[in-house]
Amino acid sequence: MSASGKQQYPMVSNGRRGPLRDAVFFLVLGGLSSCFVLLIVLLLAADLSFTSPTAFAAALRKPEIQAAFRLTMLTCTLAAVLSVWVATPLGYLLSRFRFPGSRIVDVIVDIPIVLPPLVLGLSLLILFHQPFPLTRWLGLADTEAAGVGAVGAATGRPAGWILEDWLEESAGIPVTYRWPAVVLAQFAVSCAFAVRTMRVTFDQINPRAEDVARTLGCTRGQAFLQVALPQAWRGILTAGTISWARALGEFGPILVFAGATRFRTEVLSTSVFLELSVGQLDAAVAVSLMMVLMAVAVLLFLRWLGAGMST
Amino acid sequence: MIELADVSVRSGEYLLEGMSFQVQAGAYAVLMGRTGIGKTTLLEAICGLRRVLRGRVLLGGVNVTGWSPGDRRIGYMPQDLALFPTMTVRQHLEFAQRLQRASQSVMAARVGELAELLEIGHLLSRGVRGLSGGEAQRVALGRALAARPALLLLDEPISALDAETRSSARRMLKTLNRQTGVTVLHVTHDQEDAELLGDVCLRLERTGTGRVQVICAGAAT
Repeated sequence: MSASGKQQYPMVSNGRRGPLRDAVFFLVLGGLSSCFVLLIVLLLAADLSFTSPTAFAAALRKPEIQAAFRLTMLTCTLAAVLSVWVATPLGYLLSRFRFPGSRIVDVIVDIPIVLPPLVLGLSLLILFHQPFPLTRWLGLADTEAAGVGAVGAATGRPAGWILEDWLEESAGIPVTYRWPAVVLAQFAVSCAFAVRTMRVTFDQINPRAEDVARTLGCTRGQAFLQVALPQAWRGILTAGTISWARALGEFGPILVFAGATRFRTEVLSTSVFLELSVGQLDAAVAVSLMMVLMAVAVLLFLRWLGAGMST
Repeated sequence: MIELADVSVRSGEYLLEGMSFQVQAGAYAVLMGRTGIGKTTLLEAICGLRRVLRGRVLLGGVNVTGWSPGDRRIGYMPQDLALFPTMTVRQHLEFAQRLQRASQSVMAARVGELAELLEIGHLLSRGVRGLSGGEAQRVALGRALAARPALLLLDEPISALDAETRSSARRMLKTLNRQTGVTVLHVTHDQEDAELLGDVCLRLERTGTGRVQVICAGAAT
């Protein structure tokens, strides 16, 4: 505004109009963005066009797929509950406290996210079947009586305490190539995502409220349970949902650690693999579409939670 | 009475060393100092939220340096109030007493007293999210006073309020101090707060050698 009160406009144009430049910008933006969106839509459309409602229904009536659906619901739910149970205190610990090695713990927690799935499955298999040499020195295993385990027998390694054998003999819970292995393989990955979610949740909660609670007589544990945890309920739900969705899509570690035995360790992700391997494309696509529907339901739930958080 | 004897406390890389002062029981003390000099750190050390590296914190002549925050009988009101978003106003006022396992009748009587004193009776069933600045400030004050603390630490309690609300908040704070006899240590940047409220004025100042010291400026008015 000039001293006389009249608006001063620049008298020299750069030769291009503003709206035109904006249009070019939006064209580039839209063009690049639509590539990915289009890819996803085309993928779903291709799946839908491949099957018919009749073939879809027929595939879902197969007893092995129904059994896989039931096992998927059970294992995903167990993995999600276990993930939230572990991730809530771990997320709080990483969010609130700096302790020696906290950065290392932070990195370790992220390893399952970046580890190739097959490697994770193989690592679980080795963990459960590798004799622990230290246990011999500590006197925890009788070298004569202790089993050498499947891996040990094959390789002729010295005997030692073996986790799988101990679980089977002492607790009566065989894990490898049984349904508990499915839960463990799903948990190993989904828990990492739950920890990230819970850490961000607690980062967003004012720690001073817990400080005030402590001046009013709370112990640290009471401040966590009575002040921080009630504020974190949406984060807990989100962590549970993300874990559940992540467990649903898990395949590699399950295949290696639990196998893909029909009616025993077959979940929906392994159903797709098994149906494909026997040339049953209709059934594989039907299971895939079912998983897409489940994933969309989870995404919608997460969006609803996110909207609640932002308000 | 509160006494700090040669207290050293650290906040990250920042170190406050050799803090010493005394405030008589029932007095209203005002603590001033420029931004970032360590006023909040000092309050946190007094109420036990920050570890004292050296020296002693005495409340009523008792050395409470190693005590947990909840055992010190201190009411703390931080600058951002830090209300509990999932609780109602009534639950805020009951919080400390629930921890002390007070009976329902004792709790109801104390809530009634505080509600009348702070004029928040009409807010008791409300959550804290929709409260105005002045209302939230009174709720935080009520929560801090509920367990009848011997010392009340206020970290810039009225700095975010408008002029009119601020004036009534000052009157309320002074009345509280007189009626309940609670010793108050009030952190502020505002000279007017110090003049109108303080019986004693303390200043955190950096000396020529670079060390921060508490200087007792005597009576505030």
